[in-house]
Amino acid sequence: MGRYFRRKLLIYGLTFIIAVSINFAVPRLMPGDPVARMLTRNSVANLESSEAMRGYFNDLFGLDVPLWKQYLNYWAALFQGDLGVSVFAFPAPVSSVVADALPYTLALLLPSILLSWVVGNALGAMAARNKLLDNGALPIGYVLTAVPYMWLAILLAWVGGILLGWFPVAGGYSFALTPAFTWTFIADLFHHWFLPFLSLFVVALGGWAIGMRNLVIYELESDYSNYLQALGAPNRLVRRYAFRNAVLPQITGLALQLGVVVGGALVTEVVFAYPGLGSLLLNAINNQDFFLLQGILLFIVIGVLVFNFLADVVYVLVDPRTRLGLEGGQS
Amino acid sequence: MALEVEGLKVHYRTVKGDVRALDGVSFSLEDGEIVGLAGESGCGKTTLGKSLIRLDGRMRHMGGTAVLDGTELPIGDDRAMNAHRWKEVSIIPQYSMSALNPTRKIGKMTAELLRSRGKSYRELKDELVRRLELVGLSEKVLDNYPIELSGGMKQRVVMVLSTLLDPSLLIADEVTSALDVTNQKAVAETLVRFRDMGFVKSMIVVTHDLSLVYQIADTIMVMYAGQIVEKASAETIIKSPKHPYTKALIGALPEVGLEYGDERLKSIPGKPPHLLNPPTGCRFRDRCPLASEECETEPPKVAVEAGHEVSCWKAVD
Ligand SMILES: Nc1ncnc2c1ncn2[C@@H]1O[C@H](COP(=O)(O)OP(=O)(O)OP(=O)(O)O)[C@@H](O)[C@H]1O
Ligand code: SF4
Ligand SMILES: [Mg+2]
Repeated sequence: MGRYFRRKLLIYGLTFIIAVSINFAVPRLMPGDPVARMLTRNSVANLESSEAMRGYFNDLFGLDVPLWKQYLNYWAALFQGDLGVSVFAFPAPVSSVVADALPYTLALLLPSILLSWVVGNALGAMAARNKLLDNGALPIGYVLTAVPYMWLAILLAWVGGILLGWFPVAGGYSFALTPAFTWTFIADLFHHWFLPFLSLFVVALGGWAIGMRNLVIYELESDYSNYLQALGAPNRLVRRYAFRNAVLPQITGLALQLGVVVGGALVTEVVFAYPGLGSLLLNAINNQDFFLLQGILLFIVIGVLVFNFLADVVYVLVDPRTRLGLEGGQS
Repeated sequence: MALEVEGLKVHYRTVKGDVRALDGVSFSLEDGEIVGLAGESGCGKTTLGKSLIRLDGRMRHMGGTAVLDGTELPIGDDRAMNAHRWKEVSIIPQYSMSALNPTRKIGKMTAELLRSRGKSYRELKDELVRRLELVGLSEKVLDNYPIELSGGMKQRVVMVLSTLLDPSLLIADEVTSALDVTNQKAVAETLVRFRDMGFVKSMIVVTHDLSLVYQIADTIMVMYAGQIVEKASAETIIKSPKHPYTKALIGALPEVGLEYGDERLKSIPGKPPHLLNPPTGCRFRDRCPLASEECETEPPKVAVEAGHEVSCWKAVD
C-alpha cells in the first residue's frame, strides 16, 4: 500500500510541477504586453516618464531578467507565497486579492456540495425501497440533472430575486454596508449567499440521489443480499449492508467533487455576480491581468490535485476490497 | 418422512405470460436421505430449490404444498416463511463464491446475521470454529474479508454457515460446478459428512454432474420441463433407467466418468419445450423415440417397483 501511495504522490508531484510551469509560460507567450497596458491604463502620455515607469514596472514584475531566471524566481517566490502583483487591482499583491475572493467561493461550494451529497444520498436510498417516492421524486431528479445549470441559475435568480423579490440578485453583500463582524452584516451576507448556494445545491442533488438509488438497488439485488434473505435475515440488516456498500463509491465521488471546489463555481458567480474566485478569474481575463490569472489558476490546480489525491486515498481506505488488493503488494 | 411435496406449481411472471417452471411436482424425502436432482438446463431445478426456501420477486406460488417434519411450509408467504429459513430449511446457493458481503469480515457478518435471527454468536462460536476446522479452515478466516479467501474456501465457509443451525432440509444448488475436480470431490464428501454428523437431516443436491451425485446420493430424481419424470435409487437410475429421457441421458454415457451435460443432450434431437406454453400430454413427446398416440395424454406416474417411479406410458414394457 505504501508503494501505491508513493507512486501516486510522485505522479501528483510531477503534475504539479508541469502545471506550474505551464502556468508560468502561458501568460508570457500570450500576445500583449502587461506593462504597456499598465501604462496606457494610467494614461502616461509623456514619453520620458513613460520610460521611467516602464523600468519601474518591469522591475516590479520581474520581467527585466532572462526567461530562465524569471522561471527560477517564479518558483522561489511561489514557495514564499509571493504570487506577484495584480495589474487589475494594482498595487495589491495577487495573493491577497485571491485570499479575499477565496472565502466567498468556499462558502458557496463546500456547503452546497456536502449538503447535496448528504440529502441526495438519503433521498436516493429511500427511493430505492419506496415505490411511491421512486415514482414521484426521481423524475424530478432526472429533470434537475438534465436542465443546463446556467438556465436553472438564471431562473432561480429571476424567480427569487426579481419576481418574488425575496433575495438580492447580485453581490456578496450590500454596498451600503461595510464588512464588519456584526449581525446585520452576517445576515446580509447570508441573504446574498442563499440563491447561488441554492442553485448549486439543487443541481447537484438530483445526481447524487439518482446515483445512490441505482447503487442501492444494485446492491439489494446482488448475491450476498439474496443469500442473507434466504437465511431469513430481516430487511433491516439487508438494507444496512446494501446502503453501506452503495455509499462507498459515493464517498469517492464526493472527494472528486470537492476537487473542483476552488474553480467550480464560475458560472454561478457570474450569474449571481458573486465576488468569488470565478468572478475574479473573469475579471483577470477581461483585464489581461496575467499575474492574477496565474495566481487563480495555481489555486485551482492545487485544489484539484489535493482533492484528487484525497479521493485516491479515500477510495483505497474505505473499501476493504481495494485496500486488501493493494496490501497484496501489487500497485 | 422429512419432506413431502405435493403438486407444487411455481410460475415466473413475465410480460409474455407465466413461465410454468414447476408444473405439478410431487416427491418425498426420508430423514437422512440425500436426493440428487438432475435434468437439462432450464428444466426447473433451481426453481424447485428456491421454492422450498425463498421465492424471488418474479416467482408466484400457484398451488401445491410442501410439508416439512409435519408442518406445512408457507411457500407463498415471504414473511411467514422467514421463521423456517436457516433453522429448518437452508440453502447453499449456486453463487456461493459471491454469497458473502464483500465489505464485512466473515466473523462479524456471521455474528450480525445470527443476532438478527435471535441467536447468540458467543454461544455458537465454538461450534462454528469446530465445523470450520472440520472442513479444513482455521478460526482465522473469521477475521478475513471474503476477498482474502479462495473460491473453494468461500464455498466451504458458506457450507458451514448455511448448516450452522442444523436445518432439517438442505438444498445444495450446483455446489460443485464452479470447482476443480479435487475440490468437487471434497465438497461432495463434506456434504455426506454433514449428513452423517447430523448437521442436516436430508438434502437435495442439484447438479449437472451425474457421476458426482451418483457417488453421494441415495436417490436420484430426473426433471424434464418443469416436472419430475423419474425417481429411483441412484443405483437404479444409472444402471436400469426406465424413462426414455433418463435412458437418453444415461445410455449415451460411457460407463466410467459418467458425466453429462448439454453436449450429451444434443444427441437427442430437438429441444425441450418452452415453459410459457408447455404442450399437453407427455412433454418429452417431440423428442421421444417411443412416442405414440397415447402419449398425447398426460402419462401416469407408475411405481415400477418399490421406490422407483416413472411418468411414462411405456414404463412397464
Ligand atoms: N426470472 C425469471 N423470469 C422468467 N423465467 C425464468 C426466470 N428464471 C428462470 N426462468 C425460467 O424457468 C425455467 C426454469 O429455470 P431454472 O433456473 O429453475 O432452471 P435450472 O434447471 O436450474 O437450469 P440450470 O441447470 O441452467 O441452472 C427456465 O425455463 C427459465 O427460462
Ligand atoms: S410417455 Fe410417451 S412420449 Fe413420453 S416418454 Fe413415455 S413413451 Fe416417450
Ligand atoms: Mg439452476
